[in-house]
Amino acid sequence: MYRYDQYDQQIVNERVAQYRDQVRRRLSDELAEAEFRPLRLQNGLYMQIHAYMLRIAVPYGLLSSRQLRMFAHIARKYDRDYGHFTTRQNIQFNWIKLEDTPEILANLASVEMHAIQTSGNCIRNITSDEYAGVAADEEVDPRPYAEILRQWSTFHPEFAYLPRKFKIAVSGAKEDRAAISVHDIGLSVFKNAHGEVGFRVLVGGGLGRTPIIGSVICEFLPWQHVMTYIEAIVRVYNQYGRRDNIYKARIKILVKALGIAEFKRQVEAEWADLKDGPGTLTNEELNRVSSYFTAPAYEKITDVHPDLASFKSENETFANWLFQNVKPHRVPGYAIVVLSLKKTGVAPGDASAEQMDAAADLADRFSFGELRITHKQNLVLADVKKSDLITLWKIATANGLASPNIGLLTDMISCPGAEFCTLANARSIPLAKMIAERFDHLDFQHDIGEIELNISGCMNACGHNSVGNIGITGVEKKDHGEWYQVSLGGSKGNHSSIGKIIGPSFSFNQVPEVIDRLLQVYLRERLEAERFIDTVRRIGVKPFKEFVYATEIAGGQEEMAVFKPAQYSTPFYSPRF
Amino acid sequence: MIIKNKAIVNDDWTVLRLAENEAPENVTVPAGKVIVPLKVWFAQREKLQDRDDLGVWFASDERPETLKDDISKFTVIAVDFPKFGDGRGYSIAYNLRARFGYVGELRAIGDVLRDQMFYMQRVGFDAFAPRPDRDIQDALKGLNDFSEVYQASIDQKTPLFRRVQRNENTSADL
Repeated sequence: MYRYDQYDQQIVNERVAQYRDQVRRRLSDELAEAEFRPLRLQNGLYMQIHAYMLRIAVPYGLLSSRQLRMFAHIARKYDRDYGHFTTRQNIQFNWIKLEDTPEILANLASVEMHAIQTSGNCIRNITSDEYAGVAADEEVDPRPYAEILRQWSTFHPEFAYLPRKFKIAVSGAKEDRAAISVHDIGLSVFKNAHGEVGFRVLVGGGLGRTPIIGSVICEFLPWQHVMTYIEAIVRVYNQYGRRDNIYKARIKILVKALGIAEFKRQVEAEWADLKDGPGTLTNEELNRVSSYFTAPAYEKITDVHPDLASFKSENETFANWLFQNVKPHRVPGYAIVVLSLKKTGVAPGDASAEQMDAAADLADRFSFGELRITHKQNLVLADVKKSDLITLWKIATANGLASPNIGLLTDMISCPGAEFCTLANARSIPLAKMIAERFDHLDFQHDIGEIELNISGCMNACGHNSVGNIGITGVEKKDHGEWYQVSLGGSKGNHSSIGKIIGPSFSFNQVPEVIDRLLQVYLRERLEAERFIDTVRRIGVKPFKEFVYATEIAGGQEEMAVFKPAQYSTPFYSPRF
Repeated sequence: MIIKNKAIVNDDWTVLRLAENEAPENVTVPAGKVIVPLKVWFAQREKLQDRDDLGVWFASDERPETLKDDISKFTVIAVDFPKFGDGRGYSIAYNLRARFGYVGELRAIGDVLRDQMFYMQRVGFDAFAPRPDRDIQDALKGLNDFSEVYQASIDQKTPLFRRVQRNENTSADL
């Protein structure tokens, strides 16, 4: 993976010093909260309901065991022994004191990490394919480009006060695992018919209140131009993006208002002055950065493991784990292992300090000391010898990291929800827990098969509700009760689609039954081996809707769970500001 | 007092701002060194064009290309930041320098604070009028937050990767 040189280290160290002084000025009241807010936000520090939350950047989701151990240390020393991995491949700590943050950043800098631009109206952490470099379907390794763009966007002087946040994702495989079509800029790097490397550039995708699939602005952008072209896009956005209404400030609204043809014309006019200029990427720099992403020292080993087959036949849980959590690797004898952070009873994406240490040990012992964080809030060991799988599984099981549910119903995405976030209309984590408990039966989950269930506490869609096969969204109602809208048919990847809302919203206690009914329709209607999403696409939303609303569901208004989302009682310091 | 070329200097320019009941066409531009709103310049160009003691300032929603043909007339151009979170001024400054070749004083006015000045300096501002309620000595420190930068902009035309020899990965195990 990428290692800092003296320049990277110097910039991060100077950031720690700059931030330390900003905190000092805030604590001594030289800086008003209104002035400090955007500064701390550009450093990932949000004010939540109970405490500050600190979001740390994990560039394109890749981290070393040493860095993960530092997270465990931070969890123990400055938080409550746990951290929360996010859908943007970062980690968040929820119980942070402002006074501690400069020291936390200094700790992070010592392991080549930071919290730069993990929030605020700037270019955020670049995300990528969690299987980059090891996926069998990869055409071009996206990681060197993601790192080059990380450096380009870090403290970009012109783009620190954009109309709104700006997210870029890069994918280099046939299957898009980075959800590039729902990003402000989505990059797909590939080789054209002449063997030249370039990018298909999407712009204006996004989730939130107005979920939109991105439009193609360039079919093939030669790799040398990636930085200057993005600069042109962001410059147009910085000047013309709306600033009068926070809900209409993302680039997707600008692209929609202008139309992709006109937007492209403006971008290319801006780009004409930059193209082939000093911002053009050089072979030398690409080679330099790529040198950090070469394949590890794989052994020449057999792909055949009879002991695996025999252990599998004796142990059903292991067999399930092998089937769900172990993915094909492009090198014979190796496998990709997903460590599940979706244990029933635990908030999706949460890991304790002990689990982080255990995962770091697993990485050192079995996977060249590296891990990845997935957008589905799990951890990945990308280079595991098949002969190590049994031992690894035993240790992972002992540490609660081996729930065999990757891609299944309980592998839910969930935002923190109204217990933490001042924006949320409703709780997410308790709902995720209730759903996980109701469908805890693994055979049933296997029967349902591949499905994405995503939960967000509000329209802002941090939990990717609009692209969930089943999406659940906390909605605002006049009574300030907890109500959830259910949508159907959303999906990410190569065939991205936005889910359709099935009808009137449900109470907290009704949601598990609604999901049950949706699954019943699927089981009734599915053709052999048809995935949930494919059945929805084939028969449409109507049969699901009819069945869900056919009879009354217990737990309606009269039995509403009593929980008052904090946004109705806390002041303005919402995490978005 | 303003900050110019990294030093605190006396300022003999006045910034003219329109009151609510004033129109660009008929506001009186006082004698002496005045930085007028872009709208006033366009509305009274005939009358003002022979003055050599005039500067012009951009509101954040005004476009640098509209001044393209007049740019060489000015030795001072200012860009107003109505709120420090309104980042349009950064692109206005960049384009004034990079696309339209402006080489005179480029001054940040309005909600100008220490913690944004490093960025402002990078996109071409060489003069700053920090908010009057702030200590100008303190604001000056903001220009030195970083000693190295990755990307090209106006102050540094060459990105880091073209300027210095950077390390390749030399470790054998990764």
